[in-house]
Amino acid sequence: MSNTAPLLQVRNLRVEFPTRRGTLVALDDVSFDISPGEVLGVVGESGAGKSMTGAAIIGLLEPPGRIAKGEILFDGKRIDNLRYEQMRRIRGKDIGAIFQDPLTTLNPLYTVGRQLVETMTTHLPIGPGEARKRAIGWLEMVGIPAAAQRIDSYPHEFSGGMRQRVVIALALCAEPRLIVADEPTTALDVSIQAQVIALLKTLAREKGTAMMLVTHDMGVIAETADRVAVMYAGRVAEIGPVREVVKHANHPYSVGLMASIPPLDRRVERLAQIDGAMPRLSAIPQGCAYNPRCPQVFDKCRVLRPDLINAGTTRAACWLFDTELADG
Amino acid sequence: MFAFIVNRILQAIPVMLTVALISFAMFAYVGDPVAIMLGQDFTEAQRAALVRDLGLDQPFWVQFAEFVANAVQGQFGLSYRLSRPVAELIAERAPATLELAFCAATLALLIGVPMGVYTGLYRNSWLSRFFLTFSLIGVSLPTFLIGILLILCFAVWLGWLPSFGRGDTVQLGWWSTGFLTWSGIKALILPSITLGLFQLTLIMRLVRAEMLEVLRTDYIKFARARGLPNRAVHFGHALKNTLVPVITIVGLQLGAIIAFAIVTETVFQWPGMGLLFIQSVGVADIPVMSAYLMLIALVFVTINLIVDLLYYAVDPRLRIGRGKGGH
Repeated sequence: MSNTAPLLQVRNLRVEFPTRRGTLVALDDVSFDISPGEVLGVVGESGAGKSMTGAAIIGLLEPPGRIAKGEILFDGKRIDNLRYEQMRRIRGKDIGAIFQDPLTTLNPLYTVGRQLVETMTTHLPIGPGEARKRAIGWLEMVGIPAAAQRIDSYPHEFSGGMRQRVVIALALCAEPRLIVADEPTTALDVSIQAQVIALLKTLAREKGTAMMLVTHDMGVIAETADRVAVMYAGRVAEIGPVREVVKHANHPYSVGLMASIPPLDRRVERLAQIDGAMPRLSAIPQGCAYNPRCPQVFDKCRVLRPDLINAGTTRAACWLFDTELADG
Repeated sequence: MFAFIVNRILQAIPVMLTVALISFAMFAYVGDPVAIMLGQDFTEAQRAALVRDLGLDQPFWVQFAEFVANAVQGQFGLSYRLSRPVAELIAERAPATLELAFCAATLALLIGVPMGVYTGLYRNSWLSRFFLTFSLIGVSLPTFLIGILLILCFAVWLGWLPSFGRGDTVQLGWWSTGFLTWSGIKALILPSITLGLFQLTLIMRLVRAEMLEVLRTDYIKFARARGLPNRAVHFGHALKNTLVPVITIVGLQLGAIIAFAIVTETVFQWPGMGLLFIQSVGVADIPVMSAYLMLIALVFVTINLIVDLLYYAVDPRLRIGRGKGGH
């Protein structure tokens, strides 16, 4: 798999929000690839730009947000500069999306069957009859019991977990090659979260669907992702194989983030925490955005912004790994 | 569903009885029918005989019960002014008002809803701004002024359309219709616009506000993320979700159109129920006034029932609690 061309390439993506008090930079210089069939986990605090990245990829940035620089390539072709109608044909068909709250992502006035059928007939060369047959198949596949009867139920007749299964079926039913899943389990009961993640993982594997999995649940990432990108203040702080980032994080922010996960094998008096808060978009400090909170900060960090640098097993945006300076 | 309808009809009965009580009270407190019917010269014996004949010596509740019993059968007595049965007068005038109300409501819906959707979708286009400015005029100008301005413009200056009356009508059984003749249709245009303009702008602003609300929801974002065509997203997913509040207001407004066509009918000398009512008020023709009051109450009660039934048709979430249907 590692030699195939990436399915999705995000190159130096910059998203800006023009406001009355000046332009806010929500994403800056974000770059990563997703290979076919690969699951990329994206973690970070609220407001780090995780969801924004997802929205930019599916071409649904909330106005006035816009892509100011960089490009997004899907299957080698640019998709960030497409017209709305061209991008619409890609959404759902090539790139599916799953949103956070299943209670609000389904239209309450249409049966789940109708929503599945309309998605399929929009993108696939099949009629409503065939689409309905497949819709029942999809509902079975995502684990809805008695799918043939439930297909005519309305969203409010399902529980939260079941609704998220329906959303997954909707995202997958036109067989996209990439799914952007924006916190797909955050709104669910803890007991349901594992089931839904397991389902998503199994289906993605079966269908060979690549996934960008946005979450702030490190457990979900460790369980599901192949690689993980840690985001901070609109930038990628570190990216690498999931095992390496979780066990041997290099960027001081990732180290802090991983240390804040409660260990299961021993008692701790107090969980580690990162002092301070993520800067607001209007007040991102000069140099490395993390420098005011970083325990290993030095002069260069306050002046120059680091790009992603090879840091052994991962790539980290941190001057500690600049070979000219680093000593270990 | 059936239980629901029966329930609502039972709830409507006290409403209708209360209105009946008010219409009945008009006979007692607005003018004295005995004095009106006897004229100038009469003896005390004649007066007593008439009081007995009319049943006015009976206790209040007996009189009221009789009034209700007659009303249920559509008998509201004779008009003081025209000496003809009130039911007949109203039946004669009803088609004119209903046709006018129908045209005004259709106009308001067919133009108001698309304009509301458009201004909701393209908030900042110059056409939206124009629509909103225009709607401000519709909301703020009084009906009679709009009517008079339209007459001035299209009847007096341009001479395209008649300024009063229904034109030629065709009799279909007891229903007289203006839809079948050219002059009848021409006569409908100005009054319909006058009557419907306010409703049109109201519906437009309501649909716009609801659209703005609905377009922000997750399910619309998700519908876009599924790559559905804009038309399906806007007119299927979004518009349908604005319908519940819109139906409520449209229902009430339809009642208002029928009930308060009075001003428009007066301006255009439209031979409908409103004009009949205003003429009856002028001479304190109580039977006509009380019958009109009850008829309008009935119209509102009926429309409310239909609106409630439409909620169920539109929103499946409401069906669960009461209907126990679905599974």
